[in-house]
Amino acid sequence: MTDFNENSKLEKKSSGQADINSVPFTEVEQPGPAPLASQAKGFWVTFSSMFKKNQTVQYPDVKAPTQPRFHGRHQLNRHPDGLEKCIGCELCAWACPADAIYVEGGNNTPGNQMSPGERHGAVYQINYLRCIFCGLCVEACPTRALTMTNEYELADDKREKLIFEKEDLLAPLRQGMLAPPHPMYPGMTDTNYYNGDVKEAHPSQGAN
Amino acid sequence: MTTAELLAQDPVWLIAVKALIVFIICVISTLLAVWTERRVLAKMQLRTGPNRVGKFGLLQSLADGVKLALKEDIIPAAADKIVFILAPIIATSMCFMAFAVIPMTGEVSIFGQQTALQLTDLPVGVLYILAVTSIGVYGVVLAGWSSGSTYPLLGGLRSSAQVVSYEIAMGLSLVAVFIYAGSMSTSDIVGSQHDNIWNAIVLFPSFVIYVISMVGETNRAPFDLAEAEGELVGGFHTEYSSLKFALFFLAEYVNIIAVSALATTLFLGGYHALPGLGFTESWLGGWFTLVWFFAKVIFFFFIFMWLRATLPRLRYDQFMKFGWKVLIPVSLIWILIVATLRVLQQEGASRVAIISFAAGIVILVMAASSLMERNKQKVRAPKAEGEAPDFPIPSLPQVQSINVSGEK
Repeated sequence: MTDFNENSKLEKKSSGQADINSVPFTEVEQPGPAPLASQAKGFWVTFSSMFKKNQTVQYPDVKAPTQPRFHGRHQLNRHPDGLEKCIGCELCAWACPADAIYVEGGNNTPGNQMSPGERHGAVYQINYLRCIFCGLCVEACPTRALTMTNEYELADDKREKLIFEKEDLLAPLRQGMLAPPHPMYPGMTDTNYYNGDVKEAHPSQGAN
Repeated sequence: MTTAELLAQDPVWLIAVKALIVFIICVISTLLAVWTERRVLAKMQLRTGPNRVGKFGLLQSLADGVKLALKEDIIPAAADKIVFILAPIIATSMCFMAFAVIPMTGEVSIFGQQTALQLTDLPVGVLYILAVTSIGVYGVVLAGWSSGSTYPLLGGLRSSAQVVSYEIAMGLSLVAVFIYAGSMSTSDIVGSQHDNIWNAIVLFPSFVIYVISMVGETNRAPFDLAEAEGELVGGFHTEYSSLKFALFFLAEYVNIIAVSALATTLFLGGYHALPGLGFTESWLGGWFTLVWFFAKVIFFFFIFMWLRATLPRLRYDQFMKFGWKVLIPVSLIWILIVATLRVLQQEGASRVAIISFAAGIVILVMAASSLMERNKQKVRAPKAEGEAPDFPIPSLPQVQSINVSGEK
């Protein structure tokens, strides 16, 4: 390559291809270094930072609260009488882009009524090594059985431990709930359940 | 009685005790320096820093040292084994040796013996420090060479070039101090500053050059090209692990403290108190001067940390250009000026002559700088054709904008 200063003749190449020598030149002044005062600005930034509040969260000791709609660990919800909301439809598993959910449905029988209606989720697993916490499963769930909590501490030392079973995911029993299996609320259908007509367990449900 | 005469009276056991004290001071100040640096750097970056081991994380560097010592010590198959082992030992031991001539206190009594906390007082003390720190660079160069690996070799070469360049500037900046103090002995230089005024004030250009070159000398940010982790993995110590790595780590920090201590001694009045606070020097039977000494060393160490937190690493050619084309010529001219002033003073020239000489220098500098301003380099750059492109382009020194339309 020819040096800028030596090359006095600026000829256009016949090929029509623009090359560095065919470009017309103009004289520009080198900007040069910035004035000392503005160079020293950075020193003030670091110095003044020493007296600002630092941003570190002392994590294991102090847990910063998440945003209310943070996508954390899943939860399988219950109806107010304790029956599970999950009907084993597998829509969550189909919606999952990471293939993290495995569901096996089971029939509800008079002696083994886990959820209102005919079907319940017999096996429910979420693999947190695969889950990307996108929430598509929550959107897919027709009974609002699957939602997400704000729980984010999902780390462990064995792969097996990060496949959460149904009992790991189920919401705890609250006041007025009875642990399934038990019969449905007397006189209520599964539609009543979905409409929220059942407010608490009936004494007869815990009879057996 | 001068410090040299005072130290000459030391019995052998006292010399041994003082050697031990100097060693312990070096090691403990390294541990504290690592912790301080991590904490202060963290504060400058809005972080907390290590705060787990011990109160405020004070024992963190000790824990790190123990961890390093317990790690597997690997010697690569391609390494030159003897040199590989020797390199960290050279690097570390030379740093400690530099501390021998640093005067840390005034006259104090150790076990009933009147002395000063300074191991020995050589008539050419500062020259000795320059010599041992230069040998310390061998540690880095040999480590890079003997590792039998590419990145360490590059790091070692960079380091040697760097330290050679900046040692010249450093040595030249010290010449002005020697001229002014009339001695190369550390304690004499401290004494001459006590009688007159700090060298940092009268020899301000030397002070600035020394502070810049001491950062280059110790391979610290923004001059840490020898271990530029973004470019050379770990630089010269890439292949080192376990205790040998710990030795390099120790060497780096002892070196920082050593050059800071030298800067304190040569430019900030050594162990003497700040002007106006001279009465504090007699507190604790003279031991309070140690506090002053370390206060000044910590001041320099803070500058090291501050530079590291603020400035990005220099490009290698910029770094060399700065050393050879700025620092060395400036210090040469400055030495000429200082020497002339000194001779004028000693020859008993009139005050008018000295002032007119200084004024002449100032006028010359101003004229030269305005000439430089006028002859600001003009560069031929491609002229923009047509309209400016729609997208922003980075501003390059030679290109104003680029025609991308293809039309003529």
